[in-house]
Amino acid sequence: MPTLEIRDLHVSVETKEGPKPILRGVDLTIASGETHAIMGPNGSGKSTLASALAGHPKYTVTSGTATLDGEDLLTMTVDQRARAGLFLAMQYPVEVSGVSVANFLRTAKTAISGEAPKLRTWGKEVKGAMENLRMDPAFAERSVNEGFSGGEKKRHEILQMELFKPRFAILDETDSGLDVDALRVVSEGVNRAKEETDIGILLITHYTRILRYIKPDFVHVFVDGKIAEEGGSELADRLEEEGYDKYLGANKTVSA
Amino acid sequence: MTLTTDHTRAVADGAHTHGAVKPQGSRAERRTSFSLEDIPIPNGREEEWRFSPADRLQPLFQADLGTSGVTVEVSAAPEVVVETVARDDARLGTAGKPGDRTAVTAWNAFEQATIVTIPKEAVASEVTSVRLTGVSKDATAAHVLVRAERHSEAVVVLDHDGSGTLAETVEIVVEDGAHLTVVSVQDWAAGAVHASSHRARLGRDAKLKHVVVTFGGDVVRVTPDTEFTATGGEVEMVGLYFADTDQHQEHRLFVDHAVPDCKSRVTYKGALQGSGAHTVWVGDVLIRAAAENTDTYELNRNLVLSDGARADSVPNLEIETGEIAGAGHASATGRFDDEQLFYLQARGIPEIEARRLVVRGFFAELIHEIGVPEVEERLLASIEAELEKSMSVITGAPTA
Ligand SMILES: Nc1ncnc2c1ncn2[C@@H]1O[C@H](COP(=O)(O)OP(=O)(O)OP(=O)(O)O)[C@@H](O)[C@H]1O
Ligand SMILES: [Mg+2]
Repeated sequence: MPTLEIRDLHVSVETKEGPKPILRGVDLTIASGETHAIMGPNGSGKSTLASALAGHPKYTVTSGTATLDGEDLLTMTVDQRARAGLFLAMQYPVEVSGVSVANFLRTAKTAISGEAPKLRTWGKEVKGAMENLRMDPAFAERSVNEGFSGGEKKRHEILQMELFKPRFAILDETDSGLDVDALRVVSEGVNRAKEETDIGILLITHYTRILRYIKPDFVHVFVDGKIAEEGGSELADRLEEEGYDKYLGANKTVSA
Repeated sequence: MTLTTDHTRAVADGAHTHGAVKPQGSRAERRTSFSLEDIPIPNGREEEWRFSPADRLQPLFQADLGTSGVTVEVSAAPEVVVETVARDDARLGTAGKPGDRTAVTAWNAFEQATIVTIPKEAVASEVTSVRLTGVSKDATAAHVLVRAERHSEAVVVLDHDGSGTLAETVEIVVEDGAHLTVVSVQDWAAGAVHASSHRARLGRDAKLKHVVVTFGGDVVRVTPDTEFTATGGEVEMVGLYFADTDQHQEHRLFVDHAVPDCKSRVTYKGALQGSGAHTVWVGDVLIRAAAENTDTYELNRNLVLSDGARADSVPNLEIETGEIAGAGHASATGRFDDEQLFYLQARGIPEIEARRLVVRGFFAELIHEIGVPEVEERLLASIEAELEKSMSVITGAPTA
């Protein structure tokens, strides 16, 4: 079974003062069909993990490995990783002015599947997926993410996930900034993808409310650049009640 | 980054123009003349030359320009009349006077001019093309006049190719009610040095769409001046440029709102790549005291694709009347955004294609504004060619 396997991953970010270590030994294995939730305090390195796996140039892997289905992700370019089946729904999707959503989706789909999608069926597919996510068809003609509201950007990310059919998707706070209806619509999108393909999901979130719609098989507590505890979905409820104090306290004594 | 001019101050300065000192560099005060003596060889510190490589333009500052370095070929729409005339033809020199040294040397040196006339009420059924081809390095003067007579309509495209050293005048006369589109494409080969003074004069309810496209040549400096002479005139000025290593591309516009009820829109966009690539955009708009109900907006945007390139952008709006319909400008220069690149690549799109998407996106809207399909297609092709060049520079990228 295909897996996304992360072993003892250490990552630094480039700063003006030189490289600054953020991830300090992350171990995580996600098999196809599994849903893993990552929860953790602000600044603990969750987005860093997501960006480093996707290959953002700002981050340098200083040691450790990450493989997708046995293939080394870390030597691949950003686009090669995406074509290998990795998808990142970003916390802050970027605006690309002058490039229409329709053109963007077609170009990306062509790149990922290695051939242009059949014009007719593709058009229908896009339209249907947009309908499912309650996106106005007019979005197809707008520039990518330009002037989109926070919630619209997130729907657009999930739209891409549904259309590109990746093998593994990392959703970085896709639930943040969504109202109750949007949260449901977006969660339905993720669940559709889970039903239709054997996608493995890494869901980064601060809130358990999304976990009521998308059931995680595993919950990981992320603190200070690594996973501090793992458990089932009951761990999420405990975190919501107790917060991260316990982990932060422990960490402080260690580093003091 | 957005620059804004303090309009309140511009208004205050204009409020007492009689005998009062104008703001420094006011276009109302700029000397224009047909005489070489009046506009001497610049030392490079003058306002209108301060961004220019005066040393590389030296040959065009000289009074003794020849006429043999460039050939002119015209392919006209059937409704359009094309003539080659001597310099004493009375129709020449009616669209305003030269405003800088290369404009005045061009005016004094040309021997024959090409006149393209769209006769009264004629509607040209196809594009008229004027091709100027550089055939030698000899500093050369050339003169083209495009006349759209009353209520005529046409599209005229001026192409510049080959390699040459050219001081050029393009006079544009748009008579009452005429609708004219003039496109000037500078697609020179390497080595070309080109200074071009475009001088346009618009009559009552006349419309001019003026398009400047600059890709090739070592130094290209285009100075379009537009003057309204009667109410209801409208000018849309569109420019697109793409500068590579060591190219200097300068566009200096002047829109003179001297009469009421006229409208001007200026949109210039440029991309730069490679060390020593330098672009200059200066947009002077003057709304004189009499020009009530003027509506003007100008915009310049630059996209810097690599290190070592420099874009200067100076919008300048002078307002001498409080009774205007609208006046504004915007200027912004941005670097190629690595986050955009990451986003597109994270969707499987290879770097080269991602860069193409972004640059095409940057120019897309502007290209559609041109409204001449054959020009739009050629432009897209030229942009592709420019991008090919840049990709060969950039693909030091990891290939794994
Ligand atoms: N360019 C940078 N310079 C300095 N520190 C940085 C830089 N980029 C990231 N960091 C730091 O790295 C740490 C991890 O950031 P990251 O965005 O991964 O956190 P996060 O867990 O996603 O937080 P949040 O829950 O707020 O989204 C933070 O402390 C952040 O300030
Ligand atoms: Mg984050």
